[in-house]
Formats: sequence, structure tokens, C-alpha cells
Amino acid sequence: MLRQIEGSRAVAETVALCRPEVVCAYPISPQTHIIEAVGVMVKEGRLSRCEFINVESEFAAMSVAIGASATGARAYTATASQGLLYMMEAVYNAAGLGLPIVMTLANRAIGAPINIWNDHSDAMAVRDSGWIQIFAETNQEAADLHVQAFRLAEELSVPVMVCVDGFILTHAVEGVDLLEQSIVDAFLPPYEPRQVLDPENPVSIGAMVGPEAFQEVRYLAHLRQLDALHRIPAIAEDFYAATGRRSGGLVRSYRAEDAETIVVAMGSVLGTIKDAVDVRRDAGEKIGVVGITSFRPFPSQAVHEALAHASQIVVLEKAFSIGHGGVLATDVAMALQGTNCKIREVVAGLGGRPITRQSLDKLFYKATRGELDSLLFLDLDLDVVEREVERMKATRRSGPSAENVLRDLGTTRGEGALS
Amino acid sequence: MTKRPVRFYQVGSFAVGNRLLSDDERTVQSDPNRANSIDSGHRACQGCGEALGARYALDAAMRATNNQLVAVNATGCLEVFSTPYPETSWRIPWLHSLFGNAPAVATGVAAALRVKGRSDVRVVSQGGDGGTVDIGFGCLSGMFERNDDVLYICYDNEGYMNTGVQRSGATPPAARTATTDVVGPQPGNTFGQGKDVPRIAMAHDVAYVATATVADLHDLEAKVERAMQFRGARYLHVLVPCPLGWGSASNETIHVARLAKETGMFPVFEAEYGVVTSVSKIRRQAPVEEYLKLQKRFAHLFGKNPRPDIVAHLQEIANRNIERYGLLEQDAEPIARHVSSSEASA
Repeated sequence: MLRQIEGSRAVAETVALCRPEVVCAYPISPQTHIIEAVGVMVKEGRLSRCEFINVESEFAAMSVAIGASATGARAYTATASQGLLYMMEAVYNAAGLGLPIVMTLANRAIGAPINIWNDHSDAMAVRDSGWIQIFAETNQEAADLHVQAFRLAEELSVPVMVCVDGFILTHAVEGVDLLEQSIVDAFLPPYEPRQVLDPENPVSIGAMVGPEAFQEVRYLAHLRQLDALHRIPAIAEDFYAATGRRSGGLVRSYRAEDAETIVVAMGSVLGTIKDAVDVRRDAGEKIGVVGITSFRPFPSQAVHEALAHASQIVVLEKAFSIGHGGVLATDVAMALQGTNCKIREVVAGLGGRPITRQSLDKLFYKATRGELDSLLFLDLDLDVVEREVERMKATRRSGPSAENVLRDLGTTRGEGALS
Repeated sequence: MTKRPVRFYQVGSFAVGNRLLSDDERTVQSDPNRANSIDSGHRACQGCGEALGARYALDAAMRATNNQLVAVNATGCLEVFSTPYPETSWRIPWLHSLFGNAPAVATGVAAALRVKGRSDVRVVSQGGDGGTVDIGFGCLSGMFERNDDVLYICYDNEGYMNTGVQRSGATPPAARTATTDVVGPQPGNTFGQGKDVPRIAMAHDVAYVATATVADLHDLEAKVERAMQFRGARYLHVLVPCPLGWGSASNETIHVARLAKETGMFPVFEAEYGVVTSVSKIRRQAPVEEYLKLQKRFAHLFGKNPRPDIVAHLQEIANRNIERYGLLEQDAEPIARHVSSSEASA
């Protein structure tokens, strides 16, 4: 049923259709609307047989999910940014224990400076945790991916993180086709745990593992993720068969078949990129897009197949490894070993900086002419940067950079300087 | 002539023996069909108070729940010595997640059991003092505040013993640990306000809070059993001497624990809904020196450069506990001064 609905609400409604048994919630922008909506559904009884637990921190949220999942309950939570970092120890632990928890990550920047707006730094911070990480391009896909996520998680006994761009998706109201309960029930069988705390059959879970076996245990986790590379497209196909909708999968190409330049990105920015690519295509430039839905496991082979024919790959990402460069770009470069593809890293949209069609149009115009540097920051205000660099050179006690930059912007743009 | 009440004391121990009790009052451990929740073969040190406390507490919990029990364990000695891969001492469903999240994990277990309609299965969460009063404290307080149906048991050995005896929020003042060494003008742990988690638990108005020591295992069992009669959050704080960390003899664990109680250093009581309902009275009050001298972690207070000022400070803490909980019986034997004059002068 097509409804005009906020992204968070669509995710919450879809999570409810998945019949979670324990939902733990700790509020952080921009995730709040999701857990609020689930909370209402539990409290009014629309989502029955579900415990909604208001915890005291994200660390507790993931810990409660761990306990619930290990006791055989379908467990769900949602977080973002600082919250993900605060629960990071438990995030690794859930994966290490092989507990199929599903979590929505409303992608948001990480402070300091504190910033509530969207980028992918949070997801990148836990990319090595053993969680499957899938990125939604639209609100429709954000909703659909949750159904697939529960099935994937429980089939493999691996936790799955559905990454949904904060505000851009979570707070955007648009048409979303919410699934029928009967379709979800048919698609997602009840959770049958691989391991469970049961007095009738007592097991110890979470034993200490020394050097004699740790590497094997880790390798098994890797094997499960490799298995996911097969299961993710298969589940997406099943989903298509059940709903008639293409959601999920590993990678998705757009006008990339004959492209000489291919832009690679994840999440909601793909929509803007496609629009900008259409403009360049109309101008006769051979440019296309490949969106990566599954970031972990990283579908190296699928990425290779989708990109290897191009001469130049522009990886546009909303995160970067400070002191190094692109995170996704590094993975893409690894997947393209042995090819002659030239990689261009573009860091964009940090802390919610809008990625406009205008900026992308300029970027792609230069890209197709081979004029991009190997690493660039889209729409970087170099004047502001240089002024702060000068201040730091001029005096030892130059003060906090973030505040200096803000004051500088206020002064130069006449918008009321911070004093 | 005043009459003294007759008491069944064993010589020197004050513990009443099983043989003097009726069958239903005997310890769970005397039952050949007990659960053996934590089985033999684990790797605890000789004289480990925690292993002893956990065995009695969990077997009592198993009996109280008709063996329908799930245990969650914080990282720490109890976790490490009980489950070195691929072995486990646990004969009950047991989950270890992290150091600081055992109360929250237990909340999740309890929630899952509730949603599955398994109200017969109960949850115990357990950890050492580090996992409880320090790193797990936020989760513990959250679990209390939500009144989740979990009995949390803290085995308090007053320091981070698993990592090599470092100070925790439960380490007593003046005690030597690896991070509060006996150097400088104030040797050992500093005097602060202390973190009295049983009282903090009471401030949450949870159904049941109790303290116990491994010196009185009947009392420990009775408190576990009592705790299991309530639903909602409950807290049991058990003093468990650590021969390694305290520098006490392995065969003195019970004795040391008893002196902790008999000096007033560790008040033993129980409380319901935030109100103290009973205290274990001191039967023969001992000076704190008697307790301290059995432990090398306090050795710097005696010997060549004795610190009677610090000992007196510790005695004040004990006296404050005695006063706060009314630990002295009306007819209790008065405090016996065993400190020699040479030790007292410095």
C-alpha cells in the first residue's frame, strides 16, 4: 500500500511487520523517530508479543539486544553516530557471538565538533566489526532492506546493520509502498536460533578463546560473510519474486555498461548522482554510476565486474580516513587490482554539507576530461581553511579550530560573529 | 547472675554445623542431588572466595527456581577461570558478553523470556566488583531503575584481581594494590567517600538488597532464596576474600571474611524496597587490626613503620558501619584490644 510517509516511520512500520520480540531504544538524532514509532506500536498493542525497553545508553541497548538474541528472541535496535561509537564494544561482541541482531544506523557525522547531520563516518568506524552493512538508496529501499536484513541475519547468524542516511532519508516524507503482513510472514520465517540459552539444554556462550583457536573462529566469521555474498543477491531475488520490487543486492549499475568514467557511491546521494550523470550523458559524455548496497561483505568480484571496463573510477564518499583518504575508495581499488582503472577519490557531504547537482555537474565535467586530482574534497572552502592555517602559524595560542572557523565565517559573511 | 543464651557455635568458627540442623535447613551443598551449577575442575586459585560464593549462590538459586535458571556473567576472574576454551565449568545456561554490560545483557535475557512466556525461567547476572561498581555501574543502575526481573550478584573482592590486583571503586582505603602502591606519605589506596553500591541499590527502591560474606554460607543461601521470592530487580553483594590480591593465606579465606563482618568493616544486612529489614549482628566484636593483619595488602600499616593513625581511621569506618546498621548486639562481647603497645605507638 503506497503511503506518503516519513522515512523513519516507513522503517518503523516495516520493522514491526518483521515481528521483533525485543526492541531496545536509546534516543539519538536522527534515529529518534524510528524508535518512537516502534514504541507507540508496542504500547498501543498493534505490535504484540514485543518487549520495548527504554535503556540508559546505547551500550545498554546493544547489550540488551545481545541478551535477548541469545535467549532466542528476534532483537532490534537503532542508533547513529556517537551512539554507535558508545556501543562499539557491544557491536563487536554481538558479531563475535554470532547473534542475528538487526540495527538501523541513521548515518550521522561523528564529533568533535559535534554535528548531528549526515555522513557515513559512523558506519565506517565499525566496518571491521563483523556486522553485515547494507546501505539504502531511497526510503522505499530503507524499508525493504529491513525485511531482507532479518532474514539474512537469521539465516547466517550474523548481525546486520541497515544504513539509512540521517535526515536525508530518515526525515524525508515521500511515497513508500509498505508491505502486507502476509507477504512479510511468508518471506521471513520465525527465528530459529543456532544457539540459545535454555535450561533444558544448558550451553556456555562467550567462552574465552586463546591463540590456539581464535584465528579459526575469526576465519569462520569471514566465511559467513563470504556466504552472505551469495545470500544477499538470492534474498533480493526472493524479495523481488514476493513483492515485484528490486531492493537490495550487492551492487547496482546505472548507465555504466559503456561508460568510460564510473562514479561509485553508497546511500541516498546516488539519486543526485544519477540526475547529474543524466545531464553529462545528454552532453555526450560516457559516464555512469555503480551504487554499492553491500559494503560489508564487500562484493569485490561484483564491483570488479561492474567497473573493470571503465578507464576511470570516481569514488564519491561521505567519509574518509583522516591522514589517508577514502575508505570505500581503498576497497574499490583493491577490487580493481590488475586493471588499468584510474581511481579518483572524492570526499563529499561531510557533516551534512549538501551535495548539489550543480557541484556534481562541475565535478563530472572535469572528471570526464581527466582533470580530477587523485583526492579532492567537494566544495571545500579553501579560504576558510587557509585563514585558520595562518592563525595557527601566527600564534601558539590560536584557540579551537572549529570555533575559529565559525567566527571567521560569521565575520566574513556578516551573519553575526561569535564573540 | 545473668543468663547467657545457649548457642550452637563450633569452636572458633561461630558457624552452626549441618549436623545440628534439620534436613530442610541444611545447606544446598549437603544435597547429593544439588545442581553443581559451577562444577569442579575450574581454574580458580586455592582459597578463592569468589568460586566458593558463586557455587553456593548459584546452587541456591537453582534450588529456588527448580533448576530453571539462566546466568549472565561479566568479564572477570569468575568468567576466565570457569570457561577456558574448550572447557566450561557451567552446568547451567551461561552467557558472557562483556565486562561492563552484564546487567543489561540480563535485562535482554529476561525480556526474551517474558515475551516467550517463560516466567518460570529466572535470570541471575553476576560479576566482580570492577564489573559492578565501576565499569558496569551505568548498566546496573539502569537495570535497577527499570526494575527488570534480574537478581544481580556482585562478588566483591575489592579490586581488579583478574588483571593483577589494581584498585577498583570497592577497594578499601589504605589497601595496597598495583595502582595504589605503598609508597609516599599516604601509602595504599586513598581515603575517599567509597562507593557503597548496596546502599545505592537501596536508593533505587528495588525489591531486595542484601549483603553477605562467604563466612556464613547458610546466610548467603538464605538470601539467594529470599531474593528469588521477589520479581523485579534485586541485588546481592557478597564479600569474597581474594588470597592473591589481599595477601591472605589460602586457608584463611573464611576467617578473613568473618573478621570483615565481626569488625564492622563489612556490614551484613538485608533490605526490602529501600528499607533495612535485618542485620547480622556482630557476635564478638574484633578490632580492625585483627582483620587487617591477616592481609599483606595492609602490612604497611604495621611492622617497622606502623601507621596507627591510618588504622584508627579504618576503625572509624568500621564504627560508622556499626552505628549505621546497629550491628552490635546488646549482650555482645566488648571489643577486645589485641594491639600490643609497641605497635600502637609510632
